[in-house]
Amino acid sequence: MPDVDMKGSRPLSPHLQIYKPILTMVMSILHRITGAALYFGTLLLAWWLIAAASGPAYFDFVNDLMGSILGRLVLFGFTWALVHHMLGGLRHFVWDMGAGFGREAREWLARATIIGSVALTILLWVIGYMVR
Amino acid sequence: MTDMRTPLGKVRGLGSAKEGTEHFWRQRVTAVANVFLISFFVVLVISLQGGSHADVVAALKNPLISILLLLVILSGVYHMKLGMQIIIEDYVHGDGVKFLALMANIFFCAAVGLGSVFAVIKIGFGG
Repeated sequence: MPDVDMKGSRPLSPHLQIYKPILTMVMSILHRITGAALYFGTLLLAWWLIAAASGPAYFDFVNDLMGSILGRLVLFGFTWALVHHMLGGLRHFVWDMGAGFGREAREWLARATIIGSVALTILLWVIGYMVR
Repeated sequence: MTDMRTPLGKVRGLGSAKEGTEHFWRQRVTAVANVFLISFFVVLVISLQGGSHADVVAALKNPLISILLLLVILSGVYHMKLGMQIIIEDYVHGDGVKFLALMANIFFCAAVGLGSVFAVIKIGFGG
């Protein structure tokens, strides 16, 4: 078939930029983005644990870095990503049970995910500062 | 619509990727485990933050904390290996780059996992 253009100008199905962003879609995308962020965030966990295993001097160096303003900002984002991804995962469990697919339910779940993740993250940090 | 699957294919139930629901199932098993393990981990970090090296080492010398932390690492790393594999398969299409990325994913997860496990065990065994 010489006339068939196999690569260049074949029509493509519409992709993300075509659609108006809606909350459920944004939550779905955020679930993936937070997952990917947590993936690289585990480097911080490994670094911290290895620092603890290396001895007090190196541990203090890493602890100071993570306790700096920038460090705390990163860890705050890490906390939010973790909480958001977990709530998003719980939402997937609801769907796995065959529930929560209705219009009202999925909107409610999407709202609960974002409001819950922000509120829980702030709560965890408030607790963190209180027990210090 | 006519079912195009062969009777044998139907019995095996593995689909076109020949892997069935194994990936999905493992993702969910580690996800359920992570709900509990990561909750423990968050509580642990909150209780240790601001502490000295001696505080952290003392906590990690407790076998229960040590074992739970090892489970956090194993379940977490396995879950993220599965997740990143899906992301790569969704967005990376060239065969060469895709296989490199899939391999890099495994190497990354193995390195992070093993590094963290070694650190916890070293502290736990008194190093």
